[in-house]
Amino acid sequence: MTHAPEHNPQIQQMTLQQRLAPAWPGLLVPLLMCAGFALTLNPSSWLTLTLSGLAMGLMIFIMASGMTLVFGLMDVINFGHGAFVSLGAFVGVSVLFALGHLTAAPSVALNLLAVLMAICAGMAATALAGWAFERVIVKPVQGNHLNQILVTVGGLIVAEQLIIVLWGPEEIYFTRPEALKGSFIIGSIAVEKFRLVAVCIGIVVFAAMHFVLRRTKIGLIVRAGVQNGEMVEALGYRLRQVFVAVFVTGCALAGLGGVMWALYQEVITAHMGNQAMILIFIVVIIGGLGSIEGCFIGALLVGLLQNYVAFVEPKLALVSNIGLMVAILVWRPMGLIPVVKAK
Amino acid sequence: MADQIDHLIEDAPILRLDAVHTDIRQYHILNGVDLVVPRGQVTMLLGRNGVGKTTTLRSIMGHWRIHRGSITFNGADISTQPTADIARAGIGYVPEDMGIFSDLTVEENMQLAAFSGPMSATRLGWIFATFPPLKTLWHTEAGHLSGGQKQMLSVARAMIEERELYIIDEPTKGLAPAIVATMVRALQDLKDQGASILMVEQNFAVAAALGDTAHVMVDGAVKWSGPMRALAEDLDLQRSLMGFSLQTAARDQSATKSS
Amino acid sequence: MIQKILSYDTPRSIALSMLLLCIFAGLALAPFLFPGVRTVDTAARICIFIVLVASYDLLLGYGGIVSFAHTMFFGVGAYSVALTSLHLGRGFDALILGAAIGAVLATCLAAAIGLFSLRVRAIFFAMITLAVASALAVLVSQFSDLTGGEDGLTFKLPRELGPAFKFGQTLFDGTVFGVKLNGKLLTYYLVFGTSLVLFLITLRLVNAPFGRVLQAIRENEFRAEAIGYRVVHYKIAATCLSAAIASCAGALYAIWLRYVGPSTTLSLELMIDILLILVIGGMGTIYGAVIGATLFLLTENYLQAAMGRLTSGIGDIPVVSALLSPDRWLLWMGILFIVSVYCFPKGIVGHFRKDP
Repeated sequence: MTHAPEHNPQIQQMTLQQRLAPAWPGLLVPLLMCAGFALTLNPSSWLTLTLSGLAMGLMIFIMASGMTLVFGLMDVINFGHGAFVSLGAFVGVSVLFALGHLTAAPSVALNLLAVLMAICAGMAATALAGWAFERVIVKPVQGNHLNQILVTVGGLIVAEQLIIVLWGPEEIYFTRPEALKGSFIIGSIAVEKFRLVAVCIGIVVFAAMHFVLRRTKIGLIVRAGVQNGEMVEALGYRLRQVFVAVFVTGCALAGLGGVMWALYQEVITAHMGNQAMILIFIVVIIGGLGSIEGCFIGALLVGLLQNYVAFVEPKLALVSNIGLMVAILVWRPMGLIPVVKAK
Repeated sequence: MADQIDHLIEDAPILRLDAVHTDIRQYHILNGVDLVVPRGQVTMLLGRNGVGKTTTLRSIMGHWRIHRGSITFNGADISTQPTADIARAGIGYVPEDMGIFSDLTVEENMQLAAFSGPMSATRLGWIFATFPPLKTLWHTEAGHLSGGQKQMLSVARAMIEERELYIIDEPTKGLAPAIVATMVRALQDLKDQGASILMVEQNFAVAAALGDTAHVMVDGAVKWSGPMRALAEDLDLQRSLMGFSLQTAARDQSATKSS
Repeated sequence: MIQKILSYDTPRSIALSMLLLCIFAGLALAPFLFPGVRTVDTAARICIFIVLVASYDLLLGYGGIVSFAHTMFFGVGAYSVALTSLHLGRGFDALILGAAIGAVLATCLAAAIGLFSLRVRAIFFAMITLAVASALAVLVSQFSDLTGGEDGLTFKLPRELGPAFKFGQTLFDGTVFGVKLNGKLLTYYLVFGTSLVLFLITLRLVNAPFGRVLQAIRENEFRAEAIGYRVVHYKIAATCLSAAIASCAGALYAIWLRYVGPSTTLSLELMIDILLILVIGGMGTIYGAVIGATLFLLTENYLQAAMGRLTSGIGDIPVVSALLSPDRWLLWMGILFIVSVYCFPKGIVGHFRKDP
């Protein structure tokens, strides 16, 4: 017997159209930016809007990424995800209040230290809460979407009420640390400091996530698990532990998003998670349930569109996102980057 | 004395199933499967479509939970263990649907399969020599592979890690004759290295060429067990158990051998 | 006869039948048995919520479809009646026209949402309805010229439904068992009667072949499709029907309150109330809506006061008193809800019935 000589694979050149097809979703973001420029026709306000759109999009991405990954990996839909946004915000803001001497100090380093500690506290609290949530709420109903939705909504109600028990029902107003107030003036363009920070954090988180998913073994396990969890287990990996880790990370990211959202709005309420959740859902559906890249693109689209539309007609901002979602679903019924399951 | 005990352990089968019953939802699929896989041999699991061969393999891997009976691997009951722990105990698995991660490249598929760390260069060299297309397509997304290449990747994934037992579900399904030959050689190599193999095979010629022992399933239970050669020679037995005879299969076999 | 009215879907449990009979009698005679503004108001709300939750049961319990837009349909009905009454002047024609417009609008909305989300994945539907419903709530509060914004709209009912309208003066001397015969009483019976009819229609729907197909889809969508039922068509039809009934319930609610506002008709809190009522009462039974709504609204209106007394008895232990505060009763309902999903998937009704 010889080495199967007739079986000699060749890679065909793809046509330009074929090669462009997977890039389409990614091209939407720059396209939308151009459309935004056409809408505003004013470089300085366009830049301001774009920056704030990116900041908002990246914050939504941070909050939504955990949810989409959890769905992709274990087919678990968590309607209680918004509760972690609220929890993160409340814990973070409480820490900022406790560190009043740091936030009021005129030193940039001390201010940022306070913000960093608030973020760490918020993420730690949500990670812990997420672990408990997974144990009590999510684990018993795995494999049944209907019960998952019901039970996680129940979890959302309870979590929201617990936040009210601990922090009271009133809105809490606060101001950002000194270093994050105001804007840099570059020429005639005002760049709000916090938005810049938010964009930086968002990019770092996305880059880190991309690195972990593309370059590490745990990332390989997660990506393979999204497609065929059974086979990953048959190779010897305990997918359940990976799933819990992803769930907890996702909750911690929601907490991070919550702290940033709170700093952005400078007010927190127990219901803020619900509002965030609507945007998260829109983003996750636009991107394709389970796809992290799709989630990133979807978040940027939503953030940018909301800001551009708000500039023209503020009342239509939220509705524009629904319109975007409908348009994308008509174009691609499974979202921008559909995740195909093996089974 | 110690030698005797060693001898006994070596003689003990690597895997045995005793009266295994498996239900899939309301359907009773396995109806008391008794099966012994001797160490260092190729054991064939044969039978018509739908008699429960794949379900038996999936039950061993813990993908389906058995509700009665026991599955003993290396002397320990694995029937209640999670799938991951069963694999870690030393079982490599090639599922019927190949279980390729189509969004990952061939390289990433292999990296994932190398459970205990970086891939061993020797084993990788052996795999490339056996399945040259995998080397050519190393950085291609596995979803773009042809059916035969996917099957090679699936078997290679099991081979990259040294396991005591390989469970392989229909490695030649839908393959061109030339690739069947490549596959048979790969499995022969694996056997020569001393591994034990439990294999479901519909291609009787391949089964006859590779198998040492055979178990034939009928209606969710093993109806006949014995040496592969005895089954291959007894046409009436084949007809009564599987509804076909080697005469048709023999032509395939000679075709396979001559290629 | 009773069998026929109930579409041959009887409660099938003596205790449950007694309970339902008590609730029916209580609601039918509420103005006479429990005279008082607050009690009659509670009874009317119970009637309306029974219809609202029963229509949701058609979707969730029978179709296995989770929607978060049910309050949206409810609100569409309520706002339609309010707007027609405001713009066409007080009159029954305005009410009927408003209810009809509301039902048609709700059906169209439901069909549109269903068309582009149900064909892909059931889970999309839950997420998309949540997004769309909240977007509509935002729109309503923003376009205050038309909708009155956060303040909502107050409108006038036909004169016959106002408290100033008196009848039966000559026959009964204006009172029966000490209850004044006025327009408010008429309104209550309008609400009660319409609710009863809507409830029986819902019961008929789920026991018709249509309801059976829905159940089949819920149990095994793939097989239902394989038998030859167009699963998507049935799902969309269920969504539309349930939306139309919810919109009628919304119209009744608007008539009863003579007011519509985003918080009473469109809020997510209301949606969560509906979910709680249905799951605790019993999904997929229709009667669960009756038990659940009665229990929930009685609890909301009366047990909260009891919780208040309990807390004042406990004193000022910081967290405990906050946990037991009457404002936190949703916390306990939430926990009850989770426990119900785990342990009593058929809710209270299923617990009584104990049949497969």
